[in-house]
Amino acid sequence: MFQYVIKRLISTVPVLLGISLLLFVMLRMLPGDPAQVLAGQMATPEEVEVIRHQLGLDRPIHVQYALFLARLAHLDLGRSARTQNPVIQEIWARLPNTVLLAVLAISLACLFGIPAGIVAAVRPNSWIDYLVTSSALVGISMPVFWLGLMLVVVFSVLLQWLPAGGTGSWKHVVLPSLTLASFVVAFIARMTRSSMLEVLSQDYVTTARAKGLKELWVITKHALKNALIPIITVVGLQFGMLLGGAVLTETVFAWPGLGRLIVDSILARDYPMIQGTILVFGLLYILVNLVVDLIYAVVDPRIRYE
Amino acid sequence: MRDGALLAIRDLRVRFHTLEGSFYAVDGVDWHVERRETLGLVGESGCGKSVTALSVLRLLPPRTTEIQGQILFEGINLLELDTEQLRRIRGNSVSMIFQEPMTSLNPVFTVGEQIAETIRLHQGLTPKEAWDQAVEMLRLVQIPSPEARAKDYPHQLSGGMRQRAMIAMALSCHPQLLLADEPTTALDVTIQAQIMDLMLRLREEMHTSIVLISHNLGLIAEMARRVVVMYAGKVVEEAPVRELFHDPLHPYTRGLLGSVPWIGRKQTTGRRRLQEIPGIVPGLMEMPSGCRFHPRCPEAKEVCRREPPPTIHRDDGRRVLCWLWA
Repeated sequence: MFQYVIKRLISTVPVLLGISLLLFVMLRMLPGDPAQVLAGQMATPEEVEVIRHQLGLDRPIHVQYALFLARLAHLDLGRSARTQNPVIQEIWARLPNTVLLAVLAISLACLFGIPAGIVAAVRPNSWIDYLVTSSALVGISMPVFWLGLMLVVVFSVLLQWLPAGGTGSWKHVVLPSLTLASFVVAFIARMTRSSMLEVLSQDYVTTARAKGLKELWVITKHALKNALIPIITVVGLQFGMLLGGAVLTETVFAWPGLGRLIVDSILARDYPMIQGTILVFGLLYILVNLVVDLIYAVVDPRIRYE
Repeated sequence: MRDGALLAIRDLRVRFHTLEGSFYAVDGVDWHVERRETLGLVGESGCGKSVTALSVLRLLPPRTTEIQGQILFEGINLLELDTEQLRRIRGNSVSMIFQEPMTSLNPVFTVGEQIAETIRLHQGLTPKEAWDQAVEMLRLVQIPSPEARAKDYPHQLSGGMRQRAMIAMALSCHPQLLLADEPTTALDVTIQAQIMDLMLRLREEMHTSIVLISHNLGLIAEMARRVVVMYAGKVVEEAPVRELFHDPLHPYTRGLLGSVPWIGRKQTTGRRRLQEIPGIVPGLMEMPSGCRFHPRCPEAKEVCRREPPPTIHRDDGRRVLCWLWA
């Protein structure tokens, strides 16, 4: 197991290299000139040229990439073209906000989504099943920014219970995490329902009932543990996505996380910032996947890693 | 039927509600099991044997099935118990083994835990005591190094070992009645013999009554004292095992016996083809009129097509559902 984890961690290196190469090339294919953006509309061609030289963008692309890798080897992602602050520092300042939001959103989503899915599966085609499946459909279809704005209208403007945006107290985190959770909860509820429906028709569930177990135990112990694999998969994927920055939600609620950082950086053609942030996203995604794979083995003894 | 029967099923009707309508999978079945007796329940797939067995512990999905009639266990009608009372009987005084040991054990719990769970539930032992008891049960069903096997998951055991573990689980609370639904069908022949030997031995040791459901007549001949033959949701014949094999009354039973390959038959009875029963068991939606077996029956008469046959109780205690004996 330990060896497996080491192997997986080593294998992240080529993946991240691949990401960085693709990213490097694609960024430079984007229309828009970072030097021009930075220098402003009024700058003379000479001034733009000076900035281009400062950014190192006048060198051939393979030289730029080699320099980038050389710095990366020392865990140096360079400095932001926009703020001149080290990229690492900028990311580090926002990462906790993003992680906090993602963890809260995924926890809320599991807390409501899994029980809702179970109840729907236990009573298929009942009113409660219809309620769960139709709410899930609404949750998936509703645009996040619209839901966010509606929550702001109700809870901040009308009721004045919660702040409309920003950070500072636990109150600030309620609306953005609810907004994000409403989307994720729908996925989790649907996956739980279909996975449980399948498991509940298995023979071992009948065996568990034939032993004289309480129905609640049959469902929460014998059935749920078998239904967990697909649920964990969805939770992992969604969590990875949330860590990749919830751009819209962070924008609506003026939440200083990685999502807004990457959007601002893209608009400013801030290459080092974009590269750094995306690499961090990639790393987080790979780590989440590794953790998910390890949880599989805990839940299902048939899964073993060598 | 005697009053002292351990389990008596009276006029059992099981109806499935489906999208295409409602159908009786079991339609007026009567039989009983005496204490310490092994009853064989025989019939083709789809004749209602398993449904009857599952109804005893009310294991059919309650929202789509309707059970009518009486299922008397020690005089108590199981169909009238509330869920709490029923739970105290399930796995405790009546337990069940299923056909497919691969799928009827839960893949994500150890074999020991699955057995110990039943013991904890019904005998109120501590987890440690229940675990030791589970290991003892595995030893009893002759699983080698039971301490180690108890910690194994079902996928780590062979098919025969899994069925032994199922039996250990079913017998862990010393039930008075064991419902064994095709317990050896999924196993290969040598393992089948071992499992049957084991069941025979445990029956003697634990004084458990067994309802053995099988389409394997050889198995029934070896294990059962009395046999009930079912066809299309009805009991068509009941007889002590010896009489049934020597002198089957119902044409369906004769057909079943004729379709068993018999080694050595050639010498004594001359060259005889292995027989088959033409056609298949009718679906629940297309039950024939009159006698349900008449479209496949070589001796069908006009009356068989028109009217359902009466149950004939003979003086020797046998019964048969057929116009031939009316």
